[in-house]
Amino acid sequence: MMLSGFPDAAPLEGLLGGLLIGLAAAIMLLGLGRIAGVSGMAARATGISNSGAPWPVAVLFVGGLVLGAAVFTGLNGPIVATYPPSYSWLVAGGLIVGFGTRMGSGCTSGHGVCGMSRLSPRSLLATVTFIGSGMATVAISNAVLGAWS
Amino acid sequence: MIRSLLALLSGSIFGFGLALSGMIDPMRVRGFLDIFGAWDPTLAFVMGGATIVMAAAWLIQRRMHTPVACDEFSLPSTGLIDRKLLGGAALFGIGWGIAGLCPGPAIASLATNLIPAGIFVLSMLAGMLAYRVAERAT
Repeated sequence: MMLSGFPDAAPLEGLLGGLLIGLAAAIMLLGLGRIAGVSGMAARATGISNSGAPWPVAVLFVGGLVLGAAVFTGLNGPIVATYPPSYSWLVAGGLIVGFGTRMGSGCTSGHGVCGMSRLSPRSLLATVTFIGSGMATVAISNAVLGAWS
Repeated sequence: MIRSLLALLSGSIFGFGLALSGMIDPMRVRGFLDIFGAWDPTLAFVMGGATIVMAAAWLIQRRMHTPVACDEFSLPSTGLIDRKLLGGAALFGIGWGIAGLCPGPAIASLATNLIPAGIFVLSMLAGMLAYRVAERAT
């Protein structure tokens, strides 16, 4: 499906994928009584955090993320993905994302999906903050370093 | 057993949804954040779809005494807003903008682009560990 004015957008795939992500988070909430927050689950699964979901739950959830994406590519073929121009962007971005998500107690899944849908003021403010700082970062890096190819 | 199955099912559907929605492509995520360039609104549709389903789930949750497979709900508070929350969120956004990856898509990408996704995920875990060390030091 095309969205007029936005030739690159994939609104239908985005919406369908989003509905599935919501379903996944609903299974975690109603089945296991927990927030499907990926940063928290990753910290728990690797032993970086000692609190949160039971360790097997975190490991299976994180492993499931990889499995689900593998199943998708098995059915639909490889996914075209464009990465930053150098590995140093990945290292810098990863370090800051890791530090920031632990400090701010969540990321796009925990605060963005689970918290906003619960009308949590804390999560609404966190989400507005990381989207805003993300937009500012992209604008500045494009201006200073040029856009990705 | 049922708990393990639900955790794996939740993660797998999540990962499949991330792949279907195009969020595994860092360029597409960055396109959403690039409001002064060729803005790509796809991520807003992803968030919208996910939030609608979860809003319904929260309505159901209010009527439940316990989760289906556990003894109690273990949910974070919704109120506390402090410098730690906002500073952490601001930092996260900076890293998100730099790499075009947040934790969910990065981990799911291990299935599709092992080397670059692995570099990001290992760096992310190092950042998480650094926060733990910094937190203990203060």
